Amino acid sequence: MEFLLEPLEYEFFRNALMAAFVTGVSNGLIGVYVVLRGMSYVGHGLAHAAIGGAVMAAALNLNFYLGACAMGVLAALIIDIITKNNKIKLDAAIGIVTTAMFALGVAMVSTLKNFRQNFEAALFGNILGITGSDLLLIGMVGLVTLVVMFFSYRSLLFSTFDPEAAQIFGVKRKSVQLLFSLLLTFSVIASLNVIGVTLVAATLIAPAMTARMLTDSFGRMLLYSGILGATSNVIGMYLSYMLNVASGTTIVLFSALVFVLSLMIKPFRGH
Amino acid sequence: MQKTFHSDVPSNPAISLTDITAGYERCIVLSDLSLTIATGQLAGIVGPTASGKSTLLRIILGIHPVNSGQIRLFNKPANKIHPGTVGYVPQLSSVDWNFPVTVEEVIAMGLNTHGRVMPWLNKQERATIQSLASRLGVENCLKNHISDTSGGQRQRTFLARALINNPQLLILDEPTSGVDIKTQHEILHLLNDLNREGMTILLTTHDLNAVASHLPWVICFNRSVIAQGRPADIFTNDILTQTYGGDIVIVKHQGHLLIANSTPLDFG
Repeated sequence: MEFLLEPLEYEFFRNALMAAFVTGVSNGLIGVYVVLRGMSYVGHGLAHAAIGGAVMAAALNLNFYLGACAMGVLAALIIDIITKNNKIKLDAAIGIVTTAMFALGVAMVSTLKNFRQNFEAALFGNILGITGSDLLLIGMVGLVTLVVMFFSYRSLLFSTFDPEAAQIFGVKRKSVQLLFSLLLTFSVIASLNVIGVTLVAATLIAPAMTARMLTDSFGRMLLYSGILGATSNVIGMYLSYMLNVASGTTIVLFSALVFVLSLMIKPFRGH
Repeated sequence: MQKTFHSDVPSNPAISLTDITAGYERCIVLSDLSLTIATGQLAGIVGPTASGKSTLLRIILGIHPVNSGQIRLFNKPANKIHPGTVGYVPQLSSVDWNFPVTVEEVIAMGLNTHGRVMPWLNKQERATIQSLASRLGVENCLKNHISDTSGGQRQRTFLARALINNPQLLILDEPTSGVDIKTQHEILHLLNDLNREGMTILLTTHDLNAVASHLPWVICFNRSVIAQGRPADIFTNDILTQTYGGDIVIVKHQGHLLIANSTPLDFG
């Protein structure tokens, strides 16, 4: 029992654990929609785009999250323009825009030597990196995510399952899509310090995939995914502390292990 | 030139399309189309693949933009109609059967128009779903995953979702596809019952024989209305050849119309 209590003596670990718990729940919930809407690549791309903004913000002594958020939104706008005006598909647009923004971030890091350590933390997650103000922001994003997803449950479910019929039955499809994109962007950015850019997409996808293996009901899938996300993040955070490995890697590896176990326990029936 | 085997222009149309031009990117599918469906009508649109039947339904439903023209439902502009006024049943082939939803969850989606935001169903909503499910014969599979149902139950599940708001107009895209002949018969009878209760129904189908025996009004469609009227008036060699672009044999047998392609495959 002591191995569980001992790390809690340190403020940085308590912060990290709370941040991991909140991002685990919110990413777990949002991940269900990401998986069912076939948007797994979007989360991955958004995180990569955000890092370019985060580096620029750091270089200009601005808030890390502000820069990440601005670049995330900019990426989404450029992707929208490319897919609207040209005959380029969404995955290709995400690939070029977000990778270019990521490359911009990497290029800037090579000129800013004092930022290198922070950049590695942003890539793979760092339990030392969660400050009180980070925690406040993560808490706010988590709360907003929970409230919005609670009150938009019906319209989000309908528009994910059958977007056209949802529109016919009065769901404001474009508004729901915009709301969901904003939630996804904020959740990805809030997770950057805990999990890291390169691994955040896995924390969106793995709990939802495991939950899908365990149930055929949408409501239960959401519940299970939220619980699995939080559990994986908390256990991964302890593993990170104990093994002295970047927190993002332990969280993702643990999530992947749980998914493999769910595969072995209940093979996908494939309807 | 459109042939209409009906002299009256309905004074109270459920659907009224005037001079509709629509299509996809640079391809115009429907040009200057006008069509009126009377309130209380049960009508089937028949026509070959890629004739624009589904596009026509999507235009009526407001999910496909038009380049020009006017769409009115129950004498109001289509976009001013309350969402619960129109029920819609999609093609079963367009449904993601691996999506994690139960039959009950699918039916409950129709309740979205009521404006209730709580994720769970209240007592009244559960009772409404239960009673509709009983009427349509899916009460025993409400907790089943959507794919753990028969073809007929699947069609009835989506029909229940469409009917949950007691719509004035029901639109179905290919409700007879992908189900066996018995289920087809049951679905069309059910639609007849709903129509007798006053519901206006418009559907598309490929199955001319099912239309001939079950629907009182048919619209032969191939990018424009070729003809409309009662099946006995409409299903002639001339009209069906114009609609389908090939020779079609029509046989009258014990008061029923049987329709077949005139050039059967040679297996010899």
